[in-house]
Amino acid sequence: MLKYDLVVIGGGPAGMAAALKAKECGVNKILILERAATLGGILEQCIHTGFGLHHFGEELSGPEYAYRFIKQVEETDIEVKVDTMVTDILTGNIVVATNNTDGMLEIHATAIILAMGCRERPRGALDIPGSRASGIMTAGTAQKYVNIDGYMPGKKIVILGSGDIGLIMARRMTLEGAKVEMVCELMPYSGGLTRNIVQCLDDMGIPLKLSCTVIKTHGIERLEGVTIANVDENRRPIPGTEQFVECDTLMLSVGLIPENELTRNAGVMIDPITNGAIVDENRQTSRPGIFACGNVLQVHDLVDYVTQESYTAGEGAAKYIKSKSKNKRTKYISVKPEGGVRYVVPQNINCDADCDVKLYFRVKDVYKNGRITVTSGDKVLYSKKKPKLAPGEMEYVIVKSDDIKELDKKEIVVKVEV
Amino acid sequence: MQYDVAVIGAGVCGAMITRELSKLDLKVVMLEKLSDVSMGTSKANSAIVHAGFDAEVGSLKAKLNVQGASLMAYYCNKLNVPYKNIGSLVVAYSWDDMQTLDILFERGFNNGVPNMQIISQEKLRAMEPYISEEAIGALWAPTAGIVSPYELAIAATENAVVNGARVKRNSGVFDIEYKDDLFFLSTASGVIKAKYIINCAGVFADQIAKMIGDTSFKIIPRKGEYYLLDKTEATMVNHVLFKCPSSMGKGILITPTAHGNVLMGPTAIDLDFDSKLDVDTTIEGLDTVKREIRKVIPQLTTRNAITSFAGLRAHIEGDHSDFVIGPSKENEKFINVAGIESPGLTAAPAIARYVGQIFREIAPEYEKKKDFIATRPAPVRVNELSPEERRKLVEKDKRYGRIICRCEGITEGEIIDAIKAPCGARDVDGVKRRTRAGMGRCQSGFCGSKVVEILSRELGVPMNQITKHGNRSKILYEKTK
Repeated sequence: MLKYDLVVIGGGPAGMAAALKAKECGVNKILILERAATLGGILEQCIHTGFGLHHFGEELSGPEYAYRFIKQVEETDIEVKVDTMVTDILTGNIVVATNNTDGMLEIHATAIILAMGCRERPRGALDIPGSRASGIMTAGTAQKYVNIDGYMPGKKIVILGSGDIGLIMARRMTLEGAKVEMVCELMPYSGGLTRNIVQCLDDMGIPLKLSCTVIKTHGIERLEGVTIANVDENRRPIPGTEQFVECDTLMLSVGLIPENELTRNAGVMIDPITNGAIVDENRQTSRPGIFACGNVLQVHDLVDYVTQESYTAGEGAAKYIKSKSKNKRTKYISVKPEGGVRYVVPQNINCDADCDVKLYFRVKDVYKNGRITVTSGDKVLYSKKKPKLAPGEMEYVIVKSDDIKELDKKEIVVKVEV
Repeated sequence: MQYDVAVIGAGVCGAMITRELSKLDLKVVMLEKLSDVSMGTSKANSAIVHAGFDAEVGSLKAKLNVQGASLMAYYCNKLNVPYKNIGSLVVAYSWDDMQTLDILFERGFNNGVPNMQIISQEKLRAMEPYISEEAIGALWAPTAGIVSPYELAIAATENAVVNGARVKRNSGVFDIEYKDDLFFLSTASGVIKAKYIINCAGVFADQIAKMIGDTSFKIIPRKGEYYLLDKTEATMVNHVLFKCPSSMGKGILITPTAHGNVLMGPTAIDLDFDSKLDVDTTIEGLDTVKREIRKVIPQLTTRNAITSFAGLRAHIEGDHSDFVIGPSKENEKFINVAGIESPGLTAAPAIARYVGQIFREIAPEYEKKKDFIATRPAPVRVNELSPEERRKLVEKDKRYGRIICRCEGITEGEIIDAIKAPCGARDVDGVKRRTRAGMGRCQSGFCGSKVVEILSRELGVPMNQITKHGNRSKILYEKTK
């Protein structure tokens, strides 16, 4: 059996950043397992710009952003196995993987960092009635066909869902000469970043239809059109508003699901809201020595934030690997969302956390002039008004380590009120 | 091309009959309108083996159902098709229902269904812990089971091809002429001559029969809609669960599938005669399934649905219709195998034998082959192997180490096997039915483009000629600018 101090599952931005930080913190033997043929993850197909503004202070394309990390990994002695799929994590931190050179691999790891990213919600999960024609695909699949394989997946396109990938693809397909008829969004607000609405839809003259959804697909072989309809406040189609839109492609950008099959198999506790692991401020999960970061933990808006979070996990894993008392019981303060807050990550904070803790969260709805508060019992740790809060934009607040140490309550509450 | 027999339709009956005929020393061709075998009713049904208490006593349905149920294990073993003998329960909710169970028991007994029992609420609960509180008893039929229907058709086809049968896909029959003791079939891929025809055309069997002037039956496409749930729901149901039957069929059922998913449905809506291609799912249909299953297992939801789909049953017009199997009155060399609605899948092995007998009576001139190969070898299923077996396999062929479909754990080697098999996969859905790549919870979001790539490479055609399910169902257009 192979032995490593740290095995990182996934060689996208999260995995690379976590591995690099762990290396920097002095971890010896590190192995990254990546299922694709190269490091870089989904960034490799994101050839648009907009990456790195926060982390590098400049605007990079996805492959450029990835390359900076790939280069750094190459400059270290971090080992990488590409084309390798992890199939299981067994008790005792044993990672089982398969590839076409080693066959089956069993690797013992002192610590494991989960960085498998997320996948797109497929059609089947949406319940759109109608035919099973070709031409119905997720925006990410379409992106791969255009940017990696170099083929047009469609010419007359309707996009369902205003997630960022959908918005990016609206622009991409238009630039490639396709006609993007519209983007339909079930909710009364967009799920994507404002900058993408402006740059990808407004600038391209593509209409965004809010409170609108696809209720039927037509065509037996290739898609021939969709029926769209407005929806009421319960998101049910309103009779009489149906409209047929001719198109050969329906692209779905209706949400991302953290890819946590392995996490579940490993017996890690999952947050039902984020669909990612429940973690502490070091991004350690409920299983000692197993950490998680990036989109497998919570879906981020920007890769820059993924990098930040992965540094945290890399550092946490390094601390764990070096600590002498690995399984000592620590006391946790739990962090709870309330009011307009949908979830908070991390869900737990160590009582003796020795640095400030960033609490990331998303809100449930669009709020104007909402007040964000962080409290513990009667003690107010943070309170600030924000002109606009939206589910599509991740927020964070910082809780000071001094404050954490002084808390007598076992719970911190993050709340948004209007 | 001249053949002894042309089998029209490559569904599960067509495939099993073609295999049966390939035991004889003759030239048989199976003609399929669509791009692959098992593309119609055989791919979209309840995928269960009925015990045989539904069909009317004395009917052909009853006889072939009970025979089929007892033959299924044998055939699935020979052809290496997933099959599990899990038994079925008809669940009763009222006094009326309990009386219906007695009627079903009597009927089943007369049909020859073995070992049925009417069981108590307690026993039912022990067998199905999540069953509704309102369920008060059930009819237990241990001979029922589950089978992968399209794999049965695919396996039978492969086996028939190995034994010399020809299969022509994309070869819909649009006209038949009979002269000089020969049928001339005009098909989408040219004229085919045959001495005998077996009409297994599913919902289109009436249209095929009409081509020789046989208008003795009419087929109504009866739509059924289903949900397929994630394997995470597998613990919710252990047996095939029926509600008490209605006049439109056996009602909504919930069942594990042979691959460990949960299937629920079907609805039953009669369509027009000219809607035989309509397998659209509908809001109403899917809502009906959701509503009905709650009565059986209240905790089961469609939150973890992988997909929904619809299929058509070939229902012969009339209330108490039976299978129509036998030589046509218009021409005894034309054998109809029509109206094969439920329990058609169960009956398929028995139908194949029965049609084989009929054929030998009208065509005694053909001898049995001495070198018939009865077994279809098991396809490699990497995720069913032990780590040691897996290691050895990858050493032999490294393509079995490269996972393409992460949800189902399907490797490149298995996909290539499916493409290279006799009558192998030619499109993305064909790969999916043969290997399960794309059957999982991400619905081919991850592997879809990789499967297109592999098909393109193995078939030696550009990626934009690969289709989802044949004809114009292409996936990609021209190259980008």
